[in-house]
Amino acid sequence: MNVQYRDQPVAEATNASKLMTADGDIHPGRNGPKDMAPFLAQRWQDHLATYGSRLRQAYQKGPAYPKSQPYASRRDSYPPEGGRPGSSLGFMRTQLLDPNNCVLGILNATGDNGQAFQNREFGAAMCHAMNEWLIAEWTSKEPRLKASLVVPFEDTQAAVAEIERYAGNPNFVQVLMLNRTAEPPGQKRYWPIYEAAARAKLPIGVHAFGFGGFPVTGSGWPSYYIEDMVGHAQSCQAFLTSFVIEGVFERIPATKLVLIESGFGWVPSLAWRLDKIWRRLRDETPHLKRLPSEYIREHVWLTTQPMEEPATRDHVLDTIDWIGWDRLLFATDYPHWDYDDPAHILPMPVPEAKRRDFFLGNALRLYGQPDAAAT
Amino acid sequence: MGFAHSGGIDCDLHPAVPSIKALHPYLSDHWREASIIRGMDDMESIAYPINSPLSARPDWRPDKGKPGSDLEMMRAQALGPFGTRLGICNPLYGVQLLFSEDMAAGFARAVNDWLVAEWLDQEPRLRGSIVVPMQNPEFAVEEIERRAGDRRFVQVLMLVMGDLPLGKRHYWPIYEAAQRHNLPVGIHAGSQYRHPVTPLGWPSYYTEDYAAQSYAFQAALTSLICEGVFSKFPALKVVLLESGFTWLPAHLWRLEKFWKGLRMEIPWVDRAPTDIVRDHVRLTLQPVDGPPDATGMAKLIEHMQSDELLLFSTDYPHWQFDGDAALPDGLSTELIRKIMRDNPLATYPRLQESVP
Repeated sequence: MNVQYRDQPVAEATNASKLMTADGDIHPGRNGPKDMAPFLAQRWQDHLATYGSRLRQAYQKGPAYPKSQPYASRRDSYPPEGGRPGSSLGFMRTQLLDPNNCVLGILNATGDNGQAFQNREFGAAMCHAMNEWLIAEWTSKEPRLKASLVVPFEDTQAAVAEIERYAGNPNFVQVLMLNRTAEPPGQKRYWPIYEAAARAKLPIGVHAFGFGGFPVTGSGWPSYYIEDMVGHAQSCQAFLTSFVIEGVFERIPATKLVLIESGFGWVPSLAWRLDKIWRRLRDETPHLKRLPSEYIREHVWLTTQPMEEPATRDHVLDTIDWIGWDRLLFATDYPHWDYDDPAHILPMPVPEAKRRDFFLGNALRLYGQPDAAAT
Repeated sequence: MGFAHSGGIDCDLHPAVPSIKALHPYLSDHWREASIIRGMDDMESIAYPINSPLSARPDWRPDKGKPGSDLEMMRAQALGPFGTRLGICNPLYGVQLLFSEDMAAGFARAVNDWLVAEWLDQEPRLRGSIVVPMQNPEFAVEEIERRAGDRRFVQVLMLVMGDLPLGKRHYWPIYEAAQRHNLPVGIHAGSQYRHPVTPLGWPSYYTEDYAAQSYAFQAALTSLICEGVFSKFPALKVVLLESGFTWLPAHLWRLEKFWKGLRMEIPWVDRAPTDIVRDHVRLTLQPVDGPPDATGMAKLIEHMQSDELLLFSTDYPHWQFDGDAALPDGLSTELIRKIMRDNPLATYPRLQESVP
């Protein structure tokens, strides 16, 4: 969703649409449980049919905060041949990959994907099914697409096993988590997952949403979907704070953390705040050797959607300067309603090299795909 | 040497209740007796561990007793050095954390009586915030009614994390009473600890607890705006106390963008969040979680898009800055004047009665 446009055509904006892009957040759609059947043991298919997926939320189906659109999707994203938004590879090619000149698209299979099922054994089975489905239906058919590995992160052992099973598999370029974990994600019980990701040389991608079970604010459950959406930035601040203060980056130095769909405008303020607090309280965390902002600068990437759009649009350039132009990864969030269009998200004059990194280069380097732009 | 901007208004001072015993003279017979025979402990919140470096500047820490518990020290360390014309006392004694609504009402009343007798009556530069039992809005309103006649009480005090998001209708009677008496609602860092301070559960370290206050303020502001508090109470002012302020621009970018996309869900929010904040919300200066350089700070101030939002505070005795560096580099002389004096006076109508 881009709510602002410049009145006059801007040369750079025209160029942007012609640039090759990497898309850090694409959501492949499923048409229902039947899509998973080939990859799920009969026992779990029966379980799903009888008991449902049982997330840590109230309803059997659908989100606790009703979305603004069916499937939270663009009204024009229903495939012409039928099916749900995002479920057709052919239509994804014609509606997204081709017009955006996308050479690398990262598939994040979020939603009812097993990561936060109350029944963790079932959750692990569903995550594995998701990964097999991602290969069979998507990455094996379209070389521009790579997937995030869906891991049952609340079951440490099973998550590690899933990472080890796919380590080195070229279909997967990062490990996927959700930002609402059941405990602060920097805590010890999650470390083996990050160690396994580091061994497999995979970044950890953390997408908005999740079902940790706790209220999404420190003051209880808000009323509205808009609060849930805006709140991802706060959940992500808590996520990153936990990672930094527990010392994940210090203990597992190869960790690369990618924060997906939670904005990036909040990062500088949080980094300054953590530095200030840590200077006061550092005797509490002797395992930290450097300023929190230094860990963040070195280990954290962020996807751009939903793009920050201040009233004075150029203010966002200050923010990106503070974060680092090498840390932002363009993303569309296709097919969701708040999709960002590469032709409109960066209408300000930006030097060509920075623009190229923002839309393409940072992602190619992070995900180890230097040849993608050559195809 | 010396603070160059005297005559200002310090909007966040923390006088400490020395001990639960210090409240005995102000408690009803019932609650005094309960406190004694039940052996009730001191009610200091885990939000500010007394010995934590953040809870008191090293040179502001007394040899014995709690930081902030001595009026003479506050005079010598805060009111004097900063040339403070008026200072607003925000007691953080943990009465809002009690589970019993009746006990909370009894202790909130005692804290307010204590503040009057031991601080406001003793020092003409001091003003107070009304501590309310936010556990029960009906009792909170009663406490507001009890204090509103004393013009030295200049705002209603709440904590940023309660049982429910602060915009919920549950709390509206408090906002109605505050508006009726022309009292801003001050929302201070801290929690009733009904929920983990992060959306991801209880953190391991106090460092994280304090960091989490700023995201709690973001969520509280979202809630106040989205629930329509400022549509319902158009004269209400809210002051975010010890919230940090550098998160505000980016938070408003995000909230305003989603409002443009989702306002059909909250049609009573008929103005842009940035405009609502400009008319209704203020933030105290400390802590300054800002860029280390003056140029960066100047940019950030520009991102705030208004010079009326910030109110001077030292956050005494909390350790937010050293020496007399209460103002960050990068502020213009004009902005400093507004922060020190004009903005607080515009925010707190009752202060205008003391300042010609």
